[in-house]
Amino acid sequence: MKSQESNPSGEKRIGLLNHGFLIVWAIISLFPLVWMISTSLKENNEIYTNPGLLPRNVLNFKNYADAWMFGEFNVYFMNSVLYTIVIITAVVFFSSLAAYGLSRLKMYGKSFVYYMFLASLMIPIPGVFVAIYIVVYHLGLGNSRMGYILPMIALSLPISIFILKSFFDEMSKEIQEAAIIDGANNFYIYLNIMLPILRPAIATIIILNMLSVWNEFSLALILFTDNAFMPIQKGLSVFVGQYSTRYELLMAATTISIIPIILIYMLMQKQFIQGLTAGAIKG
Amino acid sequence: MSNIAPASKRLDKEKMFNLVYVVPAVLIFMVFSIFPIYRTIQYSFTNSNGVTFNHNYIGFDNYVQALTDKIWWQGVGNGLFFAIAALIFMNSIALLLSLSVNTGIRGNKAYRVIFYIPPILSGIVVGYLWKWIYDPDGLINLTLNAVGLKQWTHAWLGETGTALTSVSIASMWQGVGGSFILFLAGLQGIPAQLYEAAKIDGAGRLQQLIYITIPSLRRVYTLVNILTILGAMQIFNHVYSMTNGGPGYATEVPALRIYREAFRNGDFGMASTFSVLFALMLFVVSFIQLKYSQNDDN
Repeated sequence: MKSQESNPSGEKRIGLLNHGFLIVWAIISLFPLVWMISTSLKENNEIYTNPGLLPRNVLNFKNYADAWMFGEFNVYFMNSVLYTIVIITAVVFFSSLAAYGLSRLKMYGKSFVYYMFLASLMIPIPGVFVAIYIVVYHLGLGNSRMGYILPMIALSLPISIFILKSFFDEMSKEIQEAAIIDGANNFYIYLNIMLPILRPAIATIIILNMLSVWNEFSLALILFTDNAFMPIQKGLSVFVGQYSTRYELLMAATTISIIPIILIYMLMQKQFIQGLTAGAIKG
Repeated sequence: MSNIAPASKRLDKEKMFNLVYVVPAVLIFMVFSIFPIYRTIQYSFTNSNGVTFNHNYIGFDNYVQALTDKIWWQGVGNGLFFAIAALIFMNSIALLLSLSVNTGIRGNKAYRVIFYIPPILSGIVVGYLWKWIYDPDGLINLTLNAVGLKQWTHAWLGETGTALTSVSIASMWQGVGGSFILFLAGLQGIPAQLYEAAKIDGAGRLQQLIYITIPSLRRVYTLVNILTILGAMQIFNHVYSMTNGGPGYATEVPALRIYREAFRNGDFGMASTFSVLFALMLFVVSFIQLKYSQNDDN
């Protein structure tokens, strides 16, 4: 063992092995995406006749223009932008209020409310979508934007409240006490003192929910019958035919759909990874 | 005495008033999460068709039918196949990657960013992308033809023998990054002093791995494995976009069956029954995790 530690060629071999392994997996991670983009830049027949990675015309963006206008894909994209903004705004507002209340204020039924949210994080209910469908339709919200937004908010609340509450719990009570002595009320403290300090946690919540709303498919699949309301993941299916699929269009559409996510990921890697790790671990 | 009464009354009032902070969240959550759970359990004992309010209670009929349904159990079996494949292959690759990156190797930040790209994509995008890769005229067959292995080509998603494994590989390709990030977080949480002390005692690389890294990582390892099982069992988007359960029932999974029962066959009673059964199975898995994390806290 000792000889291995002090043996420089052994160190080097392990280093090379590590590098090789990491590079191979990096290629495996990226190559399918490169292939997706390559296909999206090829012409209609070219995807079957040109097996190379390089399209004949690298600047052939015709598929992107076609995909954008084909079957209302632009509508689906804008719908997703709308859903993402509305749902995130509501979740940030409701979950930060609730987390503040649960962490800092005296109220009736506090632990009941807290454990209700916590339990829903611990217990997966896979088929609950079926019943959400029934509830939404019986409320007269079937096939409507509201009928999609409200359940999506409900599904996002527990993890958001949980993460924010743990942040509130860690903050010192002195700021709050000082503010109370100065005559500030609780809501003023929440809005003007707590929220600004909590900005990193809010960023985590926004990223976590942005990803889950942008990538959401199954709820949209069952709730909407009207194409005009459908979000982007559901919209991708317009390119998939029962017998034949226009893959050059489909790959252009999937590329369009991942651009916003990839851009934000590249700009905010740290918050992204923190947010999603927090989301996965759930305490 | 006269001072206390108003004070406690004021506290009562405050405790009541402060409920305002949680009411919006609780209200939405009650209506769209708790109530549907209650409804699922209720409907599992009925023959509801979901459209009309009328339904008859039929006792445990649905449950008897569900438990003796061969295709349902095939779906559960396929879910287990996904879970076991992911535990063995996906998490091993993820663990090795995290150990490599954690050595502080040059470019480790770039690797971390790249490995986490597949997990941020949607299951639908991954499904459609791999559907194209697996196409009879797609990348894999193209490559096999090019290197003279024409006899190895398949209609990967269209043949009973290859469909399940093919879908599993696509979903694992996406999943490695998620497990990797969690393992890495676990590795970074191990105090550096432990390694330094071990080095002073003359422990080599392998001994450090066996006596420090592996025991310290046990908790994270359990967590990741549980999350992997839960995720794999609940797979839906990948299967829906690649094979829709076919060919035949070769890639059938529980979530797909629940969906089909409700929205293709219009049998919300049966769909609810499958949901409850599936939830109970997953609960057993979650419960193990809960027990584990409690043991660690004590």
